[in-house]
Order: sequence, then structure tokens, then C-alpha cells
Amino acid sequence: MAEQIVAGPTAAAFAAATEAARDAGPTALPAFAHAADAGPMLEAEELARHFDVSRPLLQRLFAGEARRILRAVDGVSFSIPKGTTLSLVGESGCGKSTVARLVVGLYPPTRGRVIFDGQDLAQARADSAQRRRMQMIFQDPYASLNPRWRVQDIIAEPIRAFGLVTDRGAQRDRVAQLLTQVGLSPLDGEKFPHEFSGGQRQRISIARALSSNPEFLVCDEPTSALDVSVQAQILNLMKALQRDLGLTYLFISHNLAVVRQISDRIGVMYLGRIAELAPAETLFTAPRHPYTRALMEAIPDLDMTGRKRIPVGGEVPSPISPPPGCPFHPRCPLANERCRAEVPALLPARGTPESVVACHAVEEGRDHIEAPLAVAAALS
Amino acid sequence: MMPALLEVEDLRVEFPTRRGLLTALDGISFAIDPGEVLGVVGESGAGKSMTGAAIIGLLEPPGRIAAGQVRLAGRRIDTLPYEEMRKIRGREIGAIFQDPLTTLNPLYRIGDQLIETMQTHLGVNAAEARRRAIEWLELVGIPAAAQRVDSYPHEFSGGMRQRVVIALALCAEPKLIVADEPTTALDVSIQAQVITLLKRLAREKGTAMMLVTHDMGVIAEAADRVAVMYAGRIAEIGPVREVVRHPKHPYSVGLMASIPPLDRRVERLAQIEGAMPRLSAIPPGCPFNPRCPYAFGRCRTERPELLETGATRAACWLYDAASERHVAGARAHG
Repeated sequence: MAEQIVAGPTAAAFAAATEAARDAGPTALPAFAHAADAGPMLEAEELARHFDVSRPLLQRLFAGEARRILRAVDGVSFSIPKGTTLSLVGESGCGKSTVARLVVGLYPPTRGRVIFDGQDLAQARADSAQRRRMQMIFQDPYASLNPRWRVQDIIAEPIRAFGLVTDRGAQRDRVAQLLTQVGLSPLDGEKFPHEFSGGQRQRISIARALSSNPEFLVCDEPTSALDVSVQAQILNLMKALQRDLGLTYLFISHNLAVVRQISDRIGVMYLGRIAELAPAETLFTAPRHPYTRALMEAIPDLDMTGRKRIPVGGEVPSPISPPPGCPFHPRCPLANERCRAEVPALLPARGTPESVVACHAVEEGRDHIEAPLAVAAALS
Repeated sequence: MMPALLEVEDLRVEFPTRRGLLTALDGISFAIDPGEVLGVVGESGAGKSMTGAAIIGLLEPPGRIAAGQVRLAGRRIDTLPYEEMRKIRGREIGAIFQDPLTTLNPLYRIGDQLIETMQTHLGVNAAEARRRAIEWLELVGIPAAAQRVDSYPHEFSGGMRQRVVIALALCAEPKLIVADEPTTALDVSIQAQVITLLKRLAREKGTAMMLVTHDMGVIAEAADRVAVMYAGRIAEIGPVREVVRHPKHPYSVGLMASIPPLDRRVERLAQIEGAMPRLSAIPPGCPFNPRCPYAFGRCRTERPELLETGATRAACWLYDAASERHVAGARAHG
């Protein structure tokens, strides 16, 4: 099933794309999109978003401080082919949720641009016919539904706002159909959000997002607030909807196991940048970036196969004063002088050219992927 | 035989409300030995945090213990007056909560909080307490502990703060630690550091630990035994390896199956239909019966006690000798 959805490029196309990317230098990505059958639904080009977190001017003058700029997202590029799911994973503060907000236009980018189905996002947002094609699902279904509205009005709001169906009776039918589609009863439309559990509320959020017939959904941690058995229900629902409606997803999560279940491709973010971007299976079978490998090694082991969980040392540095060079170098066992000075570019990895990795150690071939990270460090 | 360090027997917690009495915990019994880690898992509202709160005597009013006993080292603690219980908390029972910011007083240097705790509970002098505070900070992995001891909580990151909270819970050398979601607010890379630390300290000091979490991965890694809770009751309890690999209660089976695997992609995750009942609408008989694929007549009328299933005990009529027939049927299905 998954294989049919991922209209993956052929090996030859890969080789060509890889070569082109090496020649074009640091910012270019392999041309996945052109090799795929469908064009990209969404492209991000060198997207950046900085926040000014300085203290007020007077205080700053007295203290003699400079401005403090938080680089939440600092040069992120990716493209999502139609009908596929790209997931962004990373720890808190890595910028994944900021990317989600940038691609639906909730924040304007500081630098770079978003292209939605071939059109610049700023233009697309100005046109309601384009705007209704993208929707967002948020993490907290307790905060994202108006407690004073009946469920049917919550779901019908986008239909009314975009003027998709004007006849009241037809609106009711559409709401009933949406409720059924997400596994609720049409009678639930009469109720208020507080009458539902977290999982049911997330179903209502999904029904509302679907009501404008979108093609592209941005899902920001949609199952993180849910219990594990409910999470399974929502993930199954999201997969079924993608299959039935041909939806394209940008899925934001911190949970690697969840991401593995739903993604075609996965980008691992660290401190506002993409550390590694790879097809889902490749990322899990052959993680390349030392940070990705550390994350995989740090996940608690349910099967208890005797694998020792190896914690990543240290913590994520502040995005206000990120370290020079590779942002991961203070925690990386493979870091050397070059890593401390030079920002690595996202390049196709040796051995797994379908992964693009921003790591000098991988590029130079001193990452010893067959050994655990600590051993690899000793070898290199 | 030595009694277990913590014994909870037939604990029942009730909440009087305008619409009548709600039973939040019903017939909870378990024991924890010194040096043992008991994991408590369940979905939100299953009563796992409330069990912890009842043990440390911090139930939110109007909640109250309506029946049963809690014994610490053989001594009954659920009936103690507030002041007595306050002395036990900190000295004999250490508590770690999910959010380290609410546990630490933002106006005190972390060293002073550790020093005060040790002076109160261990009766050591100020200089000795300070020396031990620095030692504890080193032990939980705070770099430059001798300097950091004079920092305020806001000067630490989330992961570092949680280490301080752990040091604070352990510094009076309690016999029992009640840890409620100690790693939930932390990122996965930090989570691993904190779990490893907690487990090591429990081992080294012989401290018993009740580890409440919704994360089975954390349980699988840190706990010796695990209790699975559902609708205010224990559905299954047993060695962690058995409960994770060979769960017996249909709810544990569903819960384990719905965890997304990390090592492969599955087209459709197993899911338990429906949702856990609200406290005001717990069905008669087994609380899981409306969602249970194996439910039969008796499940709808008669509440199952914890029954032996081999390696674990499960509150399920499938494991009663009188329901042998159904067990055979269920096994054939499973």
C-alpha cells in the first residue's frame, strides 16, 4: 500500500539528482519532486523565521545589551509530493511547530518562501478558493474547539465561511456525512464539545478540517495529547482518510514510533534546521545523522531485547545563541574541528543516497554506521 | 517473612459530588518490596495518579479514602493526622511530580531547598547539609555542582530541573519514592538520562519506587513489576516482562497491541473500540465488558477479582476455573 503511494524516483533519477545536488552546492536538494508522478503539493525553500525576544529598548540601552534574536527556523527546505506524508520530528524547541505555522501562513517567513501547488503562499492565501485547500489540525482538542458552540456549528463554520454550501439543509447533510466519515454519529452534531472525550474531540477537529474539502492538511502533534489506545484510533482514521480522499499531510511529531506508522518521508529537525531527510524506511533501517542515531538509541525499548538504551549526553542549546558550526557538535561524539567551525550542508549520504544529511562526519565517511555511536566515535 | 515496604489493601477513594458519590478508586491492592520498582500504567482517568496521591496523603478534597489501608513498613499511614503525615512525606516517602517547576520554590536557591530538606528530616548541621547538597547534585549529574548549588530554579533547563527535583526527593533518603510521570515533560534524549538515573539510585539505595506513567516504554525499561489500571481498578498486575509480552487481561492485550511499533510499519494499528467509561457511568460487572471482545454473561453482572493466570494476576472471568469453556474459546480466537 505504502509503496503505491510513494511514487518514488528511480535509481537512475536518484543518481542524477544526487550528482546535481552535489554540483549545485549546499542548499539544493535532490529533485525528488520532478521524478515523482505528481507535482509537489507544497515546497519550502530556505524557510526561516526569527523572533525578536529582546528586552524593551530602554532596559536594553541601560544594560548595554544587543538585540536577542531567536532563530526558531533557520533555513529549511523540503517538498511534499501530492498524496504523500512528510513528517518533521524533533525535540521541543527544534522549530517543527514553527514550520507548521509557516506553511499555512500563520506566520510570515523572515526569509525564504513557501510554494503551495506551484503558487507562492502569500498569493494563495489571498484567494479563498486556494485557502480552503489547506487546513490545520492542532495538538490540544480541548483548546481548539469553541466550548460554547454546538459540534455541528463548529464543523459547518468553514463551509459557511468559504460559502461552499449555502442551503441550510444541504449544510446539515454535509455535517452529518463528515461526522460519519470520522467515526462519530450524525446525532453528535447537536452536542457541545465538553460532552466528548479527547479522542472524540480530535475526531471533531478532523471533521472540521475536512469540511472545506482540503487537499493538504498540516497536523501539529495531533495525537500527542491522546492516550495510546485512542492514538491508534486516530492514526488509523488519518491513514484511511488519506487513502480515500488522496490527502497530502505535513505531520509534526516528537514520537518516532508514531511517525514511522504514517510517513512516506521524514525530516529530523535540530535547532531550527533539518539534520536529515529520508524515506521513512531508510531513516529507520539506516539512520545516518549522529543526532538521528542518538534519538533512535535513546528510545525506551518495549521488547526488552537486552539492548542498552544509550542516552544522548547534554541538552539542546538555546536557539538564541546557537553554537557555531554544526548545531549538534557540542553533543556529538563524532565532532571535530571542522564541525565546530563550519555549518554542514544537507547532502546525499554516502551509501544511502536517498537520505540527505547535514553532517561533516557522514560526508567524510568517518561515521561507521555499522557500529553504535559511541564505538563509531572511538573508531573515527 | 519480612512485610513488604508498602502495602496497599483494598483501597477505595470516593468523591462526593452534587450528582452523587463517585468511586474513583475501587479495591486497589498491591505491595512493593524494598529496592523494587512498581510501574503503574493506564489511560488518563484510570486512577493511576490518584493512587499515588492517596498513598502520600495528598488527595484533592473532596476526595477521601473511604475504605482500605495503606501501610508503610508495617505502620498504617492512611489514618495519620496531617502533621504526622507531613513528616513522613519527605523523610520516608519522597515524591516526584511531572512538572519540576511547580515542585521547586522559584524564590529559593536550589541548594537552600536541598539543605532545608536535609536539616528538617536528617537533623544534620548547615555545613554538613551543604556538603551533602553538592554531593547530591553531582550524583544526579549536574555539572559544576559546587557553583550551581547557589542558582535559582529558573536558571536551569527542564531536564536539569527534573534532576534537581530527583535530588530533592532522594536527599532525605526516603524508603519509598512515588514518581508521577517524572519524564513526561522531558524530551526523549533527556528522558533516557533521567530514567537511567532514577533506576540506578533506587538500586543503590534500596529505595522502593512507585512509577506512575502512561508511557509503556518507560515502564518496560525501569519497572520490575507493573500494574495496569482501568476505570479505577487494577486490571492486571505482574512481572513487567510478562505483562508486556504476554498480557492476559483483554484490556492489557488491547493496550499493548495499540502501541505503535518502532521497528516496523503496520498498515493498521490494533485499536480498542470505544473509550474508557466516565466515573459516573462505570458499567456493572467488569468495567471493561462493553469494549471487551470476549465478554460473556457473567462479565456483565459480576465484578471479577484479581485471579491467577500463571505469571500474572488479572481481574478477568476468563481466568476463573468456572469459566474454563470461555477461556478455551478466547484462546482459540486470540
